[in-house]
Amino acid sequence: MAIFSKLDPNSQAASRGLSDLSIRNLFIIPTIVFLIVFNIFPLIYSLGYSFTDFRASVNEPAKWVGLQNYRELLSDPNIWRNFTVTAKYVIVSVAGQVVVGFGIALLLNRAFAMKGFITTLLLLPMMMSMAVVGLFWKLLYDPSWGPINYVLNIGNFEWLSDPDMALYAIAITDIWMWAPFVMLLSLAGLSAVPSHLYEAASIDRAGTWYTFTRITLPLVAPILLIAIIFRTMEAFKTFDIAFIMSGQPTTEMVSIRLYKMAFQEWQTGRSSALAYLVLIVVVAITNIYVKYLNKVKER
Amino acid sequence: MAGVRTRTQRISNRVFIALVLVVTIIFLSPIYWIGSTAFKPRALATSVPPTVFFEPEVTPFVKLVTKRVQLRKPPEKEKYDAAPWWEKAIYDGGERVLRVRNEVLQSAYSSRFMNSLIVAIVSTLIAVGMGTLTAYGFSRFKIAGKDDWLFFILSTRMLPPVVVAIPMFLMYRVFGMTDTHIGLIILYTAFNLSFSVWLMKGFMDEIPREYEESALIDGYSRMQAFFKIVLPEAVTGIAATSVFCFIIAWNEYAFALMMTNRRAQTAPPFIPSQVGSGLIDWTTIAAGTVLFLIPVAIFTFVLRNHLLRGVTFGAIRK
Repeated sequence: MAIFSKLDPNSQAASRGLSDLSIRNLFIIPTIVFLIVFNIFPLIYSLGYSFTDFRASVNEPAKWVGLQNYRELLSDPNIWRNFTVTAKYVIVSVAGQVVVGFGIALLLNRAFAMKGFITTLLLLPMMMSMAVVGLFWKLLYDPSWGPINYVLNIGNFEWLSDPDMALYAIAITDIWMWAPFVMLLSLAGLSAVPSHLYEAASIDRAGTWYTFTRITLPLVAPILLIAIIFRTMEAFKTFDIAFIMSGQPTTEMVSIRLYKMAFQEWQTGRSSALAYLVLIVVVAITNIYVKYLNKVKER
Repeated sequence: MAGVRTRTQRISNRVFIALVLVVTIIFLSPIYWIGSTAFKPRALATSVPPTVFFEPEVTPFVKLVTKRVQLRKPPEKEKYDAAPWWEKAIYDGGERVLRVRNEVLQSAYSSRFMNSLIVAIVSTLIAVGMGTLTAYGFSRFKIAGKDDWLFFILSTRMLPPVVVAIPMFLMYRVFGMTDTHIGLIILYTAFNLSFSVWLMKGFMDEIPREYEESALIDGYSRMQAFFKIVLPEAVTGIAATSVFCFIIAWNEYAFALMMTNRRAQTAPPFIPSQVGSGLIDWTTIAAGTVLFLIPVAIFTFVLRNHLLRGVTFGAIRK
């Protein structure tokens, strides 16, 4: 690897034991190789399949079909619907997480007894397995005996079997799970706002709203944006929670369609093509994220 | 004006405490509900109105780890009297514990739980081991295009599991690695590796270079300095990273669903698959869920001071 060829000339230990150059290579190259072999190589492998009509369930050699898979996917209204469902879900659930998470952070942003303990308790949901969370929210949502309908006193409201409601029901679960994430980041942002700014504002008799929009929000915005981009990326990839909670076509997000195409319908070639379309979106969001992260880090 | 509290301040303080309490209760009630369901008699789990207060029992946990069949007629008296308390509880529920040559048959749950442990622990050890070395390399040495390499490492983590799973499944099939522990361990190591590199790099950057430099002047080799000076300093970071990696692997669902179905299946795809079979016994499912969530809850408290750093890949350190 050419990039590893420059030796650090200022090394004091170059003469003792292994040279810095070989230690550096010994420490770094295995990781890079591991990731290339198990992440990048499979992607190249499936890029090849995306141009074929290969089906993993039948014992026939793959036939080259060129761009046909991509053409058919992009002109398939169902696939576009999968993307719109995903987009709707991302918007609803990330917006909900920001409102709830930031709201709780504002509430908790003062000294009180057992603050650390309560904050940690509130963080429990985001540490749990999404699959298991989805499973037990199904129990909570049960229309006839579930506690949610009982507490809200709304009779036998169909949360998950109503095609229009199911996506929102999943989003509510996701908000419950990930609002704590936004809260955690917001708390860090809020605690970093210098207190002399608030003191100055109160001396100037600035109102609460003015203080909030002119001091709090601008200073917390960068960290809040990190939270939003991070959650957007994760929400776009959503699979576990939606797959477990609902089988409705109205909640069929891209990852679920991809899973069904690849592992239930065994359209290996076509699903590889769809995987690449998904990949392009993910790479785009990741790029925005990393660019922004570097900007924030420089400050 | 410290120490002087006006009436309005006292009232606003009470309102504040009430709000915090309400928020905490709302957030914890789903967890309370699944936890309490695991100790309910089966009839109360789906009662209308929902049962909040009840006499807790551990029968769901007994059912969770044993294989049972429905009883067609009540058990014989001597058999019932001779049975240990937990078997009586099963008889009372109209079922019988399956035995082969007097050995109680275990349900699949215990083996799935073990699979989860094996896969999570082994992949964590490899990922943190390699990640620590790589993080040190990136933290201390000059590397051309360092940021690009770090971005490359991070980007592998951003791939949706299904996208990686399709080609990996085909490759595993060729090598006979579907439904094996090693197959899952490799996948989990791959996505935890990038995480552990990023997290550990943050911890490594915080260890002053002067520590090793003075050791180098004292005649240590670079390797000795790393193992005797840097690693002991990084212990907290390594521990936090390990716990995070463990939780991530422990919770993982998608890869396990696609790559395993029996022998190497972990708990996350197994627990929901129980729902589909016949009349749902939510108490047993809740018991399985509770056992599965306990390690995560404990680790969350262990990690409380590192959570922020962990969930942002070490980007925000506070």
